[in-house]
Formats: sequence, structure tokens, C-alpha cells
Amino acid sequence: MPLRLHYNLEKLSMGLVVGIIVAASIGGIVEIAPLFTIDETVAVPEDLRPHTPLELAGREIYMREGCYACHSQMIRSLADEIDRYGPYSRAGESAFDHPMLWGSKRTGPDLARVGGKYTDAWHVRHLIDPRAVVPASIMPSYPWLTRPLETGLLGEQLATLARLGVPYDADMVGQAAADALSQSRPDSAGAPDVQARYGEGVALRAFDGDPSRLTEMDAVVAYLQSLGTLTNVAHAEARQ
Amino acid sequence: MSGEHPREVDPVTGYDTTGHDWNGIRELNTPFPRFVLWILAATVVYSVVAWILLPAWPTGRDYTRGLLGLDQGAAAVAGLQALDGERQGWLDHFDPADFAALSADTALLDVAMPAAARLFGDNCAACHGAGGVGGPGFPVLADATWLWGGDPETVAETIRVGINADHPDTRVAQMPTFEWLTRDERLALADWVATLREGTAAADAPAATLFADNCAACHGEAAEGNMMNGAPSLIDRAVIYGQDPATIAETLRHGRQGVMPTWSGRLSEAEINLLALYVTRLGEGGQ
Ligand code: HEC
Ligand code: HEC
Ligand code: HEC
Repeated sequence: MPLRLHYNLEKLSMGLVVGIIVAASIGGIVEIAPLFTIDETVAVPEDLRPHTPLELAGREIYMREGCYACHSQMIRSLADEIDRYGPYSRAGESAFDHPMLWGSKRTGPDLARVGGKYTDAWHVRHLIDPRAVVPASIMPSYPWLTRPLETGLLGEQLATLARLGVPYDADMVGQAAADALSQSRPDSAGAPDVQARYGEGVALRAFDGDPSRLTEMDAVVAYLQSLGTLTNVAHAEARQ
Repeated sequence: MSGEHPREVDPVTGYDTTGHDWNGIRELNTPFPRFVLWILAATVVYSVVAWILLPAWPTGRDYTRGLLGLDQGAAAVAGLQALDGERQGWLDHFDPADFAALSADTALLDVAMPAAARLFGDNCAACHGAGGVGGPGFPVLADATWLWGGDPETVAETIRVGINADHPDTRVAQMPTFEWLTRDERLALADWVATLREGTAAADAPAATLFADNCAACHGEAAEGNMMNGAPSLIDRAVIYGQDPATIAETLRHGRQGVMPTWSGRLSEAEINLLALYVTRLGEGGQ
């Protein structure tokens, strides 16, 4: 009987169109509707800090180079993953990430908590030539990351993210380019301001080993070293 | 339009045709296979059952939790506890660790060392190489020469606090820059230091005086190294960066401060002790 109905519907082009729209919108609504309540369902951890401008620049390069194609930033809620990488990723940990970079494909290891695992020097060598430190690595080399970092658009980028709800204030937006430079120069006059704005936990270092230049390498390594350190919520929940 | 066509049955397959005629071509109206329809119906039934049993519908702030009350996060943590439970039998022996007793317990080592090798692969091999073979800037762990000491207790402490690391009690190893020496002095000194390991360094060379005045305080009178401040021996085969004149000149010009991260936040005390025992056994060819 229902088959007969379908048989007849198929022959009415307008009826078929309406039927398709109804069926597709049910599927759409089921997927989209929960997103309208996302602000309530995903609690933003109280201690979550936004990325500094330098880390944000690194994040852009991470996306530009397609690192996400091989690296996820999401520790799944599976026993063996927690065992290897640490507490599984909470949604709130990436509340300020637009877009999030969870990813699902892993050719290399998950990077959600890689911050602090290795040294800056290791990251620099690894990115320039992975095989210099991990002989069997199949990760591509990124030698061009040693070129100077373009910071002109950082202020506007922070302003854009602020409109999406990331707590960047006018001061942070105005000083974005200066903060990016200061974070890589621990001895500069502006360095304490970066920590004042973004928190004591922010690392102030010449990430590429050379404080005289601000390079894309500085940005990428600063970003990698920040992964998993922006909030302590996952570790706190795991201890309970 | 429908229904009015006379039924046309295809003589070969016995199926109806659609009744249309496209320039003499007619299309079969092959019925959808029955068993696929049953599978479709079964998936619909399954989804209804799943809605009832499993977490499913969002309800604003919350969601329907389902009769089974499953929670993936809790399940994962329970799974981890089960893993830990399995390991406890042997891992418990590593905190606190009595290394002498542990080294003698071959049954325990048979279980523990493969686990240690995996832990080393996940956390240490990226720098120290597979099996601790080392590389430029990262010392070999699979040998009998040490910067800070090679007994398991000392190695465990190195892993715990790191070297020049982000830990309040970190070990500090600083090779200062000797940029203030003239370039010629540095090069002569580099050449001279490079010959130390061959035992051919002339004791009356000007470089020897430079060494005694500037280097011996840390590296020792005979350049034998000092495990109190992490200054390596310059007379043995083991190197961190390299013992050729060019690399030594580089070391003298810019100084060195290798960083070994601290692991006390990332690994448990038992895991650190486990790795310490593993590392000290690397040099003995035992795992
Ligand atoms: C073709 C896939 C691929 C791409 C693209 C890739 N990687 Fe990797 N990555 C790997 C593999 C495989 C490993 C493991 C071997 C190694 O350490 O080199 C790895 C390891 C790493 C590690 C060490 C992780 C750990 O815990 O040991 C970091 C950090 C990393 N990659 C960063 C990056 C960054 C940053 C980019 C983009 C600039 C990138 N990767 C692009 C495949 C990739
Ligand atoms: C980011 C790179 C890196 C990683 C990862 C790393 N190490 Fe190290 N490690 C070093 C460096 C660099 C040194 C030498 C420091 C120096 O130059 O003084 C070192 C030194 C050591 C020493 C001292 C050796 C001696 O002769 O006294 C031990 C022991 C050691 N590491 C063990 C480990 C273990 C175990 C792990 C894994 C949990 C590990 N390391 C992970 C970089 C690393
Ligand atoms: C303040 C103590 C100190 C003084 C003085 C000092 N060194 Fe060092 N030296 C170290 C330490 C610590 C290291 C290890 C650096 C590291 O771990 O990254 C080191 C490393 C080295 C290395 C690298 C060894 C290797 O395996 O690659 C060389 C070569 C060296 N020193 C030579 C000298 C010479 C020559 C002088 C005198 C001009 C000198 N050092 C003075 C502490 C010192």
C-alpha cells in the first residue's frame, strides 16, 4: 500500500519535489536544531584563555599548511587514547576556536595536548625536516616557515573573533601586532603586557631560538606549545 | 495519466514496464528487492529502540539519557581504570621503587620492559631516537656514559625534573658563550678540545692554558666532566652536539643549553621509575 502511494507520487513532479523537501528538511532539522542551544550545552571553562595573537597567527599557518589533514586535535573518549594522550578532549576546551580543528583523520599523532611535551628546539628541527629527529617519519618538511611573519592583519582577525564571542577586548585588538612581536622577545618592554593581557601561563620565548626575528616558525611553535594548556578543565575533571 | 495505460509485461524478465515509450525504447519497472525493504524497515525499528535505550534527543540544555544510562566519557574512564587494574599487579612495584629488587625479578621485567618500551616510544623516542640511540643535540641513552648519572634513582630524578626545564627543581646545565675570546683563540681551543678524546692534546699548548683558566671549573681539570653540573666529559666518545672542531667552535661561540622536558606532570611516578629502569638497562643490551 505505501509502495503504491510512492509509485503514484513519483509520477507527479511537483508532488515529488514537495516530498523530497519535506524528507530532506527533517534530516536537516535533526542535525541543525541542537546547534541553536549550543551556548547552553557547551560550558565555557572559567579558566579558558583565548590564544595570544602570536599563537593565533600560528593557528592560521597550521590551517594554511593543512596540518589538520594528518593531525587531529581531539582525544577521543576511549580508554587507550586517554592512556596515551591524557584526559579526553572536552567540548569547552575549543569554545574559542573558530573554526575548531578537531579533525578525524590521523596520519600522525593527536596534538590536542602536545604543548610542553617537546622543546621549542625540537619543534623547529622537526618542522624544518622531520627526518632529522624522527628518521622514519613520513611528515612533510616545512623549511619555508623560517620566513618573516606577516602581522598586519592580526588586529582585524582578533576583532572578527571578538564578534564571534571570543573575549578579546579593545586593548588586545589594538595591540595585536605589537603583542605578537613582544611574545617572541622575552626581554622586550612589551613582554610583561602580553602576560598582563593573556595570563601568567603565556610563554614568552624566542620560539625559533632567535629573538632578533619574528618568523612563521615562532608563530607555529608558540601555537603548538599552547595546545592543551589554555584551560585545566579536562585535567581537573579527570581527577574527580 | 497513471493506471490508464494497459499493463505491458516484458516477455524476457516478466516484469512490468513503466508504460512510457522513448523513441521506441521502453523502461522496465523492476520492483525494489523485498529483502532490502525489510532491512530498511529493520533500521527504522532499530532507530526507535535506540532512541529509547541510548542518549538521543536534545532537549535544550539537556538531552534524553536513554534507559541504559550509557555515558561515553564515563565508559572510557572505566575502561582506563580496568586497564590500570590489569597493570597494577606489576606497576605497583614501581612506586615506591626498589630498583635492586626490581632488576632481579625477571618475571616482573618480562611484563614491565615491553610496556616501558611502548612508553618510551610514545614519549621519548622523538628526541632520543628509537631505543635511545640519540642524535645531534639529544644524548644517547643506550650507552654507559651519563651527564647526570646512570643509576636508576638519578635517571628517575632527571626524567622527573628535566634539564633546564619548566620545573621548580629542574637540573640546570649551562654552557656559557665564549664569544668574548677572540675568534682565533676559540678556533685553537676547539681544535685542541677535539683532540682530547684521542689523547693527543699537547699539555703545553696555549689552548691548554685557556682550558685550565676557563673550562676546567666545570668540565674538570682533565676534561673528565662533572655530574654535579651536567658538564659532559670531553675525553670520551659520547657527545651531545658533536666533538669535531667546527661543532665545538659553534658551541664556544653561542653556548649551549639543551632542554630535556620535565615529565612529572605527564607521567605517573610509577611510569617514571619504570622508564628509569628501562633506560639504565638499554646500555646493558637488556631490552
Ligand atoms: C602527511 C601527514 C602529515 C602532515 C601534513 C603533517 N604531519 Fe605532523 N606528523 C606526521 C607523522 C606521521 C608524525 C609522527 C612522526 C614524527 O614525529 O615525525 C607527525 C608528528 C608530528 C608532531 C609530533 C607529535 C608527537 O606527539 O610526537 C608534531 C608536533 C607535528 N607532527 C606537527 C605538525 C605540524 C605543525 C604540521 C603542519 C605544518 C604537520 N605536523 C603536518 C604526519 C604529518
Ligand atoms: C624534547 C626532546 C626530549 C624528549 C621528548 C625527551 N628528552 Fe631526555 N633529554 C633531552 C635532551 C636535549 C637532553 C640533554 C640535555 C642537555 O643537553 O643537558 C636529555 C637528557 C636526558 C637524560 C640524561 C642523560 C644523562 O646522560 O644523564 C635522560 C636520562 C633522559 N633524557 C631520559 C628521557 C626519557 C626517559 C624521556 C621520555 C620520558 C626523555 N628523555 C624525553 C631531550 C629530550
Ligand atoms: C659554567 C660551566 C661551564 C663552563 C665554564 C664551560 N662549560 Fe662546556 N659545557 C657545560 C655544560 C653544562 C655543557 C652541556 C650543555 C648542554 O647540556 O646543553 C657543556 C657542553 C660543552 C661542549 C659540548 C659537548 C658535547 O658533547 O657536544 C663542549 C665542546 C664544551 N662544553 C666545551 C667547553 C670549553 C672548551 C669550555 C671552556 C672554554 C667550556 N666548555 C666551559 C658547562 C660549562
